[in-house]
Amino acid sequence: MTRKLPPVDAVIVGLGWTGSILAEALTRAGLNVVAIERGPWRDTSTDFPTTYAQDELRYRIRHELFLRPAQETMTFRNKTSETALPIRHWGSFMPPNGVGGGGVHWNAETWRFLPSDFRLKTHLTERYGNSILPPDMTIQDWGITFDELEPYYDRFEYLCGTSGKAGNLKGAKQANGNPWEGPRSRDYPNPPQRQPYGPTLFAEAAKEMGYSPFPQPSGNLSQAYTNPLGVTLGPCTYCGFCEWFGCGNYSKASPQTTILPVLLRRTNFEARTLCEVLRIDLDGSGKRARGVTYADSSGEMFEQPAELVLLCAFQLFNVHLLLLSGIGKPYDPNTGEGIIGKNYSYQVTSSVDAYFDQKNFNPFVASGSIGMCIDEFNGDNFDHSKLGFVGGGYMGAVQTNGRPLETVRVPKGTPQWGAAWKQAAAKYYLSSYQAVTHGSCYSYRDAYCDLDPIYTDSFGRKLMRITFDFHQNELKMSEYLTDRLAEIVQKMGPHHIDKKPRTGPYTITDYQTTHTCGGAIMGTDPTTSALNRYLQSWDVSNLFVMGATAFPQNAGYNPTGTVGALAFWSADTIVNRYLKDPGPLVRS
Amino acid sequence: MATHRRSVLAGSLASFLLSLVPARARTIAGKLPWHPSAGIPPAQTRPGGWEFFTAEEGATVEALVDRLIPPDPKFAGGKDAGCAVFIDRQLAGPYGSAQRLYMRGPFQDGTPQQGMQSSKTPAEQYRAALAALDKHCRATQSGKAFAALADEDKDKIIGALEDGSLELEGVRTPQFFDQLLQNTKEGFFADPIYGGNRDMVGWKMIGFPGARYDYRDWVERHNEPYPLPPVGIQGRPEWTPGG
Repeated sequence: MTRKLPPVDAVIVGLGWTGSILAEALTRAGLNVVAIERGPWRDTSTDFPTTYAQDELRYRIRHELFLRPAQETMTFRNKTSETALPIRHWGSFMPPNGVGGGGVHWNAETWRFLPSDFRLKTHLTERYGNSILPPDMTIQDWGITFDELEPYYDRFEYLCGTSGKAGNLKGAKQANGNPWEGPRSRDYPNPPQRQPYGPTLFAEAAKEMGYSPFPQPSGNLSQAYTNPLGVTLGPCTYCGFCEWFGCGNYSKASPQTTILPVLLRRTNFEARTLCEVLRIDLDGSGKRARGVTYADSSGEMFEQPAELVLLCAFQLFNVHLLLLSGIGKPYDPNTGEGIIGKNYSYQVTSSVDAYFDQKNFNPFVASGSIGMCIDEFNGDNFDHSKLGFVGGGYMGAVQTNGRPLETVRVPKGTPQWGAAWKQAAAKYYLSSYQAVTHGSCYSYRDAYCDLDPIYTDSFGRKLMRITFDFHQNELKMSEYLTDRLAEIVQKMGPHHIDKKPRTGPYTITDYQTTHTCGGAIMGTDPTTSALNRYLQSWDVSNLFVMGATAFPQNAGYNPTGTVGALAFWSADTIVNRYLKDPGPLVRS
Repeated sequence: MATHRRSVLAGSLASFLLSLVPARARTIAGKLPWHPSAGIPPAQTRPGGWEFFTAEEGATVEALVDRLIPPDPKFAGGKDAGCAVFIDRQLAGPYGSAQRLYMRGPFQDGTPQQGMQSSKTPAEQYRAALAALDKHCRATQSGKAFAALADEDKDKIIGALEDGSLELEGVRTPQFFDQLLQNTKEGFFADPIYGGNRDMVGWKMIGFPGARYDYRDWVERHNEPYPLPPVGIQGRPEWTPGG
């Protein structure tokens, strides 16, 4: 039996970054808001205190803060001719769980996308002609421009206290910042973090080669900071337990350290934790959401009616809920028709490992987002006409951690066990260095999500099925970027390097990034997008869908900055336009 | 003193039991739901005999981990570092029973890209693989168990597990090797609270200072050795005399 609860103004599915941003905006506007979160309540002093947060086994290896596949997972296959099998143990990406979502355990690399990224298809075809795009590539423009989104990037950075150096202030290039970034209205709220030895050497080498290295924009704070909501964060202590971990120092931007202390005190807000939303309920017309149905941890079912439904779960689960709820037409790769599940994309990362004599990098002196980067090979910052691929990424020396199980590396050809391994591990922990590329992943006709025909979750719901592989365009890009990176690393003076470009096929077992994208993409045309430019569903106008779910393809940057900016942009539109006149914000 | 000791024990038992109670759905409104000591610190591995392995299995695993990470004049090998104890305690706990994993059927083999598809838990996989390894050794090595072999012969067998050339009945050998090697390295490098990395040998070997939380004074000390010794979640042995 399902208990029907009293209606509220807005129900939020998932209390991570976007759920917290939306809840803050809507409660400030006077709405009664309920957020329903599948995972537990989490806070700094109780869940990741500095007394035991630095535990590589518990958090990095055994995945304590993440969703358990036993609770919910997906099936995966590389291509449609294969039978998809369940992801029984996380590998390639790490779906979050609990209050704060991915904002708890991210590295806090806080980037903006390039202006050309938002009008990608138009930009590339204008510059190179249609023939540069592979025929099965399905990239699209976003329906929003960088300039429209800039104020909202600014809002997210000032919420987080992002530490960085502007490279382009209102069109004027700034020394030591990223000269390739779009024009920003003001500098970062905090100066960059300090750089350890590896990034410093990398920046010297890159500069010598004529590149413009700059500090990676960081959501780990260079100094204490009080944000516009009045919440104070502390300075990062470079402990090296960022990604996969919660920060015990209140120095990593997260919903806990930037929004929740204010939000939880508002009387018109309520969070329900360990409650799993099973579906979005539609009215008879199928054009309006009545609310959501959820189960609490005892299995009791509830119906929560709401005027407004905000889907703020992690990208994969937003798509899953849309498919389960019968909202929008599921995408069919055979016909190219349908939209939900279309343009699933990812990120293409690679590395160069370098081994030195007489150097000590102290890799454990780290923060998830310190590092020196270059952006010469991102997006369309370089001429692609003769390269045989489109896309690119940033590259750099990004010193995220020195945790032994993750960081101990030995030169290629060294045995993985025995005396030779042991000697190499002891020799190179301090004196090796890994530099990385972080590249775009464009979308393709055969990369998509739908419901699996065989496997189910504990509620009997069909799991979502991911069909995805890397394409030649991305693999060529990775090879090119990795070669450019290797040239810089070589200048740092190693006696040996191992180039590790991304190679196919894509595998679900090796951690790459948690930057899964797409599946309910935004755009200007309801036949080729699930959401309009305000992230409002074309089909159900009182439903908005947040997150990287909306990305038509992925750019060569970490997505959270853009996810946060889009959430602020959508929240502003809901408060200033939608609430005054509920209904479609764009006529289809 | 006796009373004090009892209350400490009662407290730790209570927190142990608390950690076994499944978390319940709750509504949070009006304020941050903060309670002192609401977190769940890691439980220290109990000393003593095997919790999962039989004596024979334990001896085999000690022999395996001591070849995967052999002792040398400066640093202990896998056995003395406690890697077998670590693996034993992991297999006796939620890791061994695949508590987090999706274990619904149907089970079928897929491509390597699709990852682990076994219906067996890690504990079951170890049990089966160790039994098959023992059977293989006794059949081909003049009745000897793995632990009784010369180092050279042990290494040959481990190498054959690694490259898959040794087929053990009912065991996917390269996958089992990968799991064993990963768990062994976990035992060598994880915090000592879990029973391995004894005396922080893994951390001392590479120069990792452990569970420290503040390197602000060392960020810009480029190319200089970090001066402080490693510390674990429970501190350092000399901070707790007799403990």
